[in-house]
Amino acid sequence: MNGFWVMLRREMAMAWGRGGGPLLALTFFVATATLLPLAVGASPARLAAVAPGSAWLALALASLLSLERLFERDYEDGTLDLLALGPVPLEAVAFAKGLAQWLTNGAPLALAAPVVAVALGAELRLVPLIFVSALIGGLGLAFTGGIGAALSLGSKRGGVLIAVLVLPLFAPPVIFGAGAIEAFAGGLDWHPALGLLAAYGLAAAALGPFAMAAACRNALS
Amino acid sequence: MLDLDPGKYGAFLWPAFAISALVIGWMVVDSLLSARRWRKEAQRLETLRSNALQSETGDRSLP
Amino acid sequence: MFQALANPQRFMDFSRWAAPLVGIIAAILIAIGLWLTFTVPEDYQQGDTVRMMFIHVPAAYMAMFCYACLGGASFMGLVFRHSLADAAGRACAPLGAGFTFLALVTGSLWGRPMWGTWWVWDARMTSVLVLFLLYIGYMALQAAIDDEVKAARAASILALVGLINLPIIKFSVDWWNTLHQPASVFRAGGPTMPPAYLWPLALMAIGYMALFGSLWMVRVRSEVWRKRANSLALQAAG
Repeated sequence: MNGFWVMLRREMAMAWGRGGGPLLALTFFVATATLLPLAVGASPARLAAVAPGSAWLALALASLLSLERLFERDYEDGTLDLLALGPVPLEAVAFAKGLAQWLTNGAPLALAAPVVAVALGAELRLVPLIFVSALIGGLGLAFTGGIGAALSLGSKRGGVLIAVLVLPLFAPPVIFGAGAIEAFAGGLDWHPALGLLAAYGLAAAALGPFAMAAACRNALS
Repeated sequence: MLDLDPGKYGAFLWPAFAISALVIGWMVVDSLLSARRWRKEAQRLETLRSNALQSETGDRSLP
Repeated sequence: MFQALANPQRFMDFSRWAAPLVGIIAAILIAIGLWLTFTVPEDYQQGDTVRMMFIHVPAAYMAMFCYACLGGASFMGLVFRHSLADAAGRACAPLGAGFTFLALVTGSLWGRPMWGTWWVWDARMTSVLVLFLLYIGYMALQAAIDDEVKAARAASILALVGLINLPIIKFSVDWWNTLHQPASVFRAGGPTMPPAYLWPLALMAIGYMALFGSLWMVRVRSEVWRKRANSLALQAAG
């Protein structure tokens, strides 16, 4: 277990350190959200109607950003080879990477999400739920994204390929995450959606590492 | 029996059937052509190899 | 049965007669199906557009069936590390994508007269669209990795991840659909399908499946020859 915590600390340091940490993803998030009113017009009513959903969409896209480098650095300098053979199972390494991705990328985005949503016209009373759904959803996004990142190791066109592989798989968390907020906004019960979102995140965190490790081993073979 | 008077729906019916025919046609043609191409290529290289083997050893009994 | 076919030579021997035979069966079934498609009485609600059901539903069904086959081949490829399984996966994907594309296009054309728009984000069409994206992702991943064995293995992992996710995606899209007032999904002939429609539907569905089976065998044969040709070329060069 000790090895795992070492891995996690290392991953978080790497994730936080590379290229200004979450700043890039946050900027992308804000920039994408900014395009929305430019694209659909600034009418407050129309914007407010799509604000939570658009915030979630931009969140999903921003989560893709740092995925390419999740495994890449270790793959290129040979560290991944060593990790594959080391005392900590590769699945645990993958789990640490996914967790670090969630904590260093997903959590800041979750903090920014209510701000973005309100800027787009969401009501203030939605803020707590937007934060919670973005935080919980980020878990699923991180691990599903991690699978795409691992599969794309050694391929040409890394970043775009990861997006193509992973965006369809993002459908459930986007549906549940945005759905929870819509339900709350409409006065309906939002617990089922949030529960499903959490279930998806936990399943992704539990099963994702196996797919990630298998993909890494394939790339290293 | 042939109740073929789609009227205003014709503009949707014919494209639907046409596209289906086209895509299925492409599936069939592409599959058959690529199979034929690779079969010929493999056979060509196989003949080359057996000719090379025969001329190397002078042994006409080789495949 | 799969163990027997797993031997490439035995597969080639088997498919040499099986592929054309199944292909002919497919042609006959589809021909009869098409004849019935155009001769059944029109639906009292939808008029002649109901005839599109007979090319839409089989295509949608094949879209899912092919993905299941893709998943099966991927599983075999990963577990048994068999090159024929890898070939089966690579061969299956374009066919599946083709059927999915047809499901989307015919669905749109079928829906337009009824729904008034070219596309409706209802549960089924959205799920089929996501399925199409999964096929594209599979093919894109294989194309993006140079080493063929690695590419096949990575794509197999992706296919299995997709297969596990497919019910989740379907469930989430269904759930989403009930949340946002959906367009009424019409049913041909009212609450129950008239028996006259069952025959063309069944014939077209089985015909499409036979078509897939035949073409899949043809494409796997193509893959076997391609690998043989590649290895022969390598031998000659080396």
